[in-house]
Amino acid sequence: MKKTILILSAIFVASFSFAQMPDKFVKAMGANIARIDTAKTAQDWIDITAAFERIAEAEKNQWLPYYYVALGNVMSGTMSLGDNMYGNNMDKTDPKADAAEKALNKAISLSKETSETWVVKKMIISLRMLGDVMSRAMSAMPEATAALDNAKKLDANNPRIYILEGQDKYYTPEQYGGSKDEAKVLFEKAQKLFETFKPETSIHPNWGKNQIGYFLSLYK
Amino acid sequence: MKPSIQSLFFILLICISDFLSAQTTIAGKITDKKNPLIGVSITLKDTYDGATSDSSGKYSFKTSEKGEFILTATSVGYRPFEQTIRLEGKGILTIDIVLKEEITELSAVVISAGTFEASDRKRAGVVLTPIDIVTTASANGDVTGALKTLPGAQQVGESEGLFVRGGTAAETKIFIDGTLVNNFFQGGAPNIAGYGRFSPFLFKGTVFSTGGYSALYGQALSSALILESIDLPERTSASFGLSVLGVNGGYQELSKNKKFSWGGAYSYTNLGLAFAVIKQKQDYSKVPVIHNGDFNFRFKTSATGMIKYYGYFAKNSFDFTEKSIDSLGYFDRFGLKNFNTYHNIAWKESLGKKWKMNVGLSYALNQDDIKSGMKDANNNEVILSGLEFKTFNIDADANYYNAKLVLERRLKGISAIRFGGEYNYIDEKSIFTIYNGQQFSARLKENIKSLFAESDIYLTNKLAAKIGGRFEKSSMLDKTNIAPRFSLAYKLSKYAQASLAYGIFYQNPERKYLPSPDNLIFMKATHYVAQYMKLTALRTFRAEIFYKKYEDLVKTGITSGREVAINNDGFGDAKGFEFFWRDKKTIKNVDYWISYSYLDTKRDFLNFPYATKPNFAATHTASVVMKKFVQAWKMQFNGAYNYASGRPYYNIRYDGSKYYFADMGETQDYHNFSISFNYLPKIGKPDAKSFVVYVLQVNNAFNMKQVYGYEYSYNGFRKEQIVPPSRMFVYIGAFFSFGIDRTENAVNDRLF
Repeated sequence: MKKTILILSAIFVASFSFAQMPDKFVKAMGANIARIDTAKTAQDWIDITAAFERIAEAEKNQWLPYYYVALGNVMSGTMSLGDNMYGNNMDKTDPKADAAEKALNKAISLSKETSETWVVKKMIISLRMLGDVMSRAMSAMPEATAALDNAKKLDANNPRIYILEGQDKYYTPEQYGGSKDEAKVLFEKAQKLFETFKPETSIHPNWGKNQIGYFLSLYK
Repeated sequence: MKPSIQSLFFILLICISDFLSAQTTIAGKITDKKNPLIGVSITLKDTYDGATSDSSGKYSFKTSEKGEFILTATSVGYRPFEQTIRLEGKGILTIDIVLKEEITELSAVVISAGTFEASDRKRAGVVLTPIDIVTTASANGDVTGALKTLPGAQQVGESEGLFVRGGTAAETKIFIDGTLVNNFFQGGAPNIAGYGRFSPFLFKGTVFSTGGYSALYGQALSSALILESIDLPERTSASFGLSVLGVNGGYQELSKNKKFSWGGAYSYTNLGLAFAVIKQKQDYSKVPVIHNGDFNFRFKTSATGMIKYYGYFAKNSFDFTEKSIDSLGYFDRFGLKNFNTYHNIAWKESLGKKWKMNVGLSYALNQDDIKSGMKDANNNEVILSGLEFKTFNIDADANYYNAKLVLERRLKGISAIRFGGEYNYIDEKSIFTIYNGQQFSARLKENIKSLFAESDIYLTNKLAAKIGGRFEKSSMLDKTNIAPRFSLAYKLSKYAQASLAYGIFYQNPERKYLPSPDNLIFMKATHYVAQYMKLTALRTFRAEIFYKKYEDLVKTGITSGREVAINNDGFGDAKGFEFFWRDKKTIKNVDYWISYSYLDTKRDFLNFPYATKPNFAATHTASVVMKKFVQAWKMQFNGAYNYASGRPYYNIRYDGSKYYFADMGETQDYHNFSISFNYLPKIGKPDAKSFVVYVLQVNNAFNMKQVYGYEYSYNGFRKEQIVPPSRMFVYIGAFFSFGIDRTENAVNDRLF
């Protein structure tokens, strides 16, 4: 009996430590992903990004932490601009866009180009554009469109594609091709896609419902 | 045994919980020595554990790890920090961290004394983008036209070029992709300025240095205009334009892999229509006609390397007469046929992590056929006695070869050293035929070899220095020179900085006064510039004071009826201050800038009897440029006002032994109001297949009289105002471009 218990406990301890890696990884990832929904400020995103960075640095072979590092850098970069979207923001946007790009390339090298990586790629292009809209928009806009096209090519049912399209439509002045009505259609399309969208695992990209909720609330 | 099983489980549980609770707390404060740093990421390397510093720079986290670990702290703009720590599995470990600032291009001070720089990567300072240039109402779509609205440049309208801070147009040199461009302007006529040959849309970067420029450039006493050509186009496109001055069309193809592009353009300019409507002072027997073609290719040699080629051909001709000042009832005739071709190939490449290379080669051929003479009222050519010198032909043929190599090595941080060499070869031939058919031919050959080195040293983000030197050897003068250059920049606050620049600049005597019967040396200028600049997102303020000393300027004399350089006894100085203010913020959708220059200069050069204010220098110069885009109308309104106080004019005569001022005076002040409207009906439609711009531009909209100076008859008895060929000028045009966008096609292919 004693032996059995010892063996059992040995197995228990061994299996515990064996399972620890992915479990600890999934748990740590999950905890940080949960923080995405409540992130409201640039500082929140800086904290989240740092947490993902730590996981990425410790694991090195997982692409997801790098994906979230890229996303986090774009988000904190964009949020740090506040209302000053059309000024000379290069000192804020470029280091963040560079960091995001580096992480995204790492994520792609560990996995492959997916609809999700193209979504983040588009966000990086847009962030960089905000560094100096006047002189960068001309080249950034077609680049951003191309990135979303690639995202659609790989998975046309990725709701995040349409959130970004909707956002662009929403914020672009009407004279420049923006339209709040067309934006609404896109947000609703994204919302509908979320009903059927299933992330591969609990820690794969699944963000965006909050953004849709926010934008649709603006129409009420 | 039952209890013992339980106790075993209990022990096991304790072990596990003990294992779980065996934590070390790591805490501390992060500063840059003075201030707390917020948002710094602290990580226990190779674990998930860590924290981010809060608003007071404090951080704290727990870890269950034991043993030796590396604690890192990283933050953008600071050098990463690492420290090995030992974790005992208990207690509190206090680690305060001081991060050192990292010197980066974005946060570092910009060495800016004397220059207006425009580039995307560096902070957009006083930028004139191609769009800025074509929407500057008084610029006439010309690069130098727009630069004349910046402080430092004179409002000289009777001849082409940039007259900077008391210097002549010949003292400003223009460089494309590093190499010198000769004949940047279309050939003009006496008192009529020629336009720049190159479209503003060929250039992505412009550096206009009004003093104290880099050691990479030379042979310019006053100023350097450094233009960097565009890289690969964004997409394949075709363009077409139609205006009162002519037609143009072009095509650019970008390969599918976006690594190679080629294109070409042709334009035909004929001023017949414009001159029929807007009366000119001159009577044209042949209105100006320009055929202009260009071709380019660009390809990526590696991720960062690129080879760019640009080739240009132009044929330009005109012939006119105007009332002669020398003899009443007669007319002066001036005719020009010009052929110009220019080829530039530039190769840039990164050689490993630390080295960069820039190679530039350019070749230009310029052929002029100038006919000057006199005609009577019946349009017959005549030669009047005493005025025979007015009848002549010049056939000139000039070849220019330039080569330049610049190597750059990155030093610590963003500091760098650049060095290299430049070679300029000039071969100019001319045949001068006088009224009786007698011919004088001249040939000038010049080799200028230069070596240069320059280092950007960033001591901190706040303090940077640029130290350089240039060595030149001229085969024609058989002389060498060494020119030191130095500048310093200090960041006063996040947006403000102060800089200083000093340099010695040498230039060969202007070739139009050569060959000289005497031995000449380099002309020399010494610049001192101090600048204050404040740059915020949408506003720029710049103030600059300068002092410039000229030595060894060329003096001319009359040798066998021709004005030639005789010695280097000329001298002079220039001092002044300038202000520039650009604001895109205060008034919504309005971008405006104001510049003012004060110049106090005197010089004794060429045929001046003594040192005095030269005829191209106005004491006060100012410009106000305004641009407003009305989204609802898709219309851009542009206005510009240029002002210059009166300039001196002189009648310099030769009494057989020396020059003297027979007469002098000052012109009236110069005012020019220009307006332009651009209508862009397709703006803001990202899915539009074509883009159209309609342009209406009115130069000197109030039809004010502008006097550039006075000219004197040969006998000195009569003087006449030098005025523009017409007061007001109206330009109407439409430009279409058709983007052939591959991503667009890709979308359509999938949808249909």
